[in-house]
Amino acid sequence: MRTWFPYPLLSIALLLMWLLLSQSVTPGSIVLGLVVSTVLAWVTLNLQPARSRLHRWSRIAGFILRVVGDVIRSNIAVTLIILRAGRRPVNAGFMTVSLDLDDENALALLACVVTATPGTAWLEYDRRQKILLFHVLDIENEDLWRKTITRYAADLKEIFE
Amino acid sequence: MSHLTDLPPWAALLVCGLMLVGAATTLIGSLGLLRLPDFYARLHAPTIATSGGTILLCLASILCFAVLQSRWVFHEVLIIFFVTVTTPVTLMLLGQATLYRDRFEEQQGVPRKQKPAPGEE
Repeated sequence: MRTWFPYPLLSIALLLMWLLLSQSVTPGSIVLGLVVSTVLAWVTLNLQPARSRLHRWSRIAGFILRVVGDVIRSNIAVTLIILRAGRRPVNAGFMTVSLDLDDENALALLACVVTATPGTAWLEYDRRQKILLFHVLDIENEDLWRKTITRYAADLKEIFE
Repeated sequence: MSHLTDLPPWAALLVCGLMLVGAATTLIGSLGLLRLPDFYARLHAPTIATSGGTILLCLASILCFAVLQSRWVFHEVLIIFFVTVTTPVTLMLLGQATLYRDRFEEQQGVPRKQKPAPGEE
C-alpha cells in the first residue's frame, strides 16, 4: 500500500482537484485523475517532504472555523486602520512569542495562517529557542495577538502531535 | 451561451453586492500599500486583497454561474485555495529578505537576532 500510495492524503487532494478542474465525475475522469494523482505522489517522494500524522480529525473543523472567523474580523480591522492611516498614525511593531510546536507541517500551516490573516505577518522562527518573530499592524492589542497565536499553536499541536 | 440578463433579481443583487464589496476590499488593500508607513506594515496590505477580496469575488462568480447554469459550480474554490496558500509564502520570503537586509545594514528599530524581547516568557 505504501509503495503504491506513498502520500494518501496528497493523492486524494490531487484527485479532488482534478475532478473540480475537469468539472465531471464520469468514470473516465476519475480513472485519469487517479493516474495523475498517483504519479504526482511518486514525484513528490523524491522531494522527501516531512511526514506527519493527523491525530484528531474532529478538531480540524473547529480550527478552520476559528481561522475563518479571525480572518473576517481582522479584515475589517485592517481596512479601518488603512482608511484612518492619514489621520491617525499607524502603530505597527514587532512581537515575539514562544511556540511549543515541533512538527514541520504544523509549523508551515501555522505560518500560512498567520500571514494570510491581515494584520499579522510571520517573519522568523528560531528553531533552537522556539521563538517566533512576527510583525503586527496594531501593536496596541499585543496580548490579544499573543493569545491568538498561542491558541492556534495549541490547536495544531492537538491535531498533529 | 447564457446571458447575464437571465439572472433572477435576487441573485443579481447578491452577485452585485459581493462584487462591489470584493472590489472595494481589493482597492483598500492596494491603497494600503500607498498609505502605510514602512515595508513591514505594507506586508499586511495585500493580504486583505487576497483573503477578503478574492474570496468575495470568487463567491460572486460561483453564485452567478451556479444560478445561470442551474448546477453547482465549485472550481472557483481552487482559486481561493491556491491564492490563500501561495500569497503567504511570497510575503514571508519578502519579509525575511527585508529583515536580513535591515539587520545587515544595522537599521534602527529592527529586532536583533537571537535576543528575545524583555518580558518574554
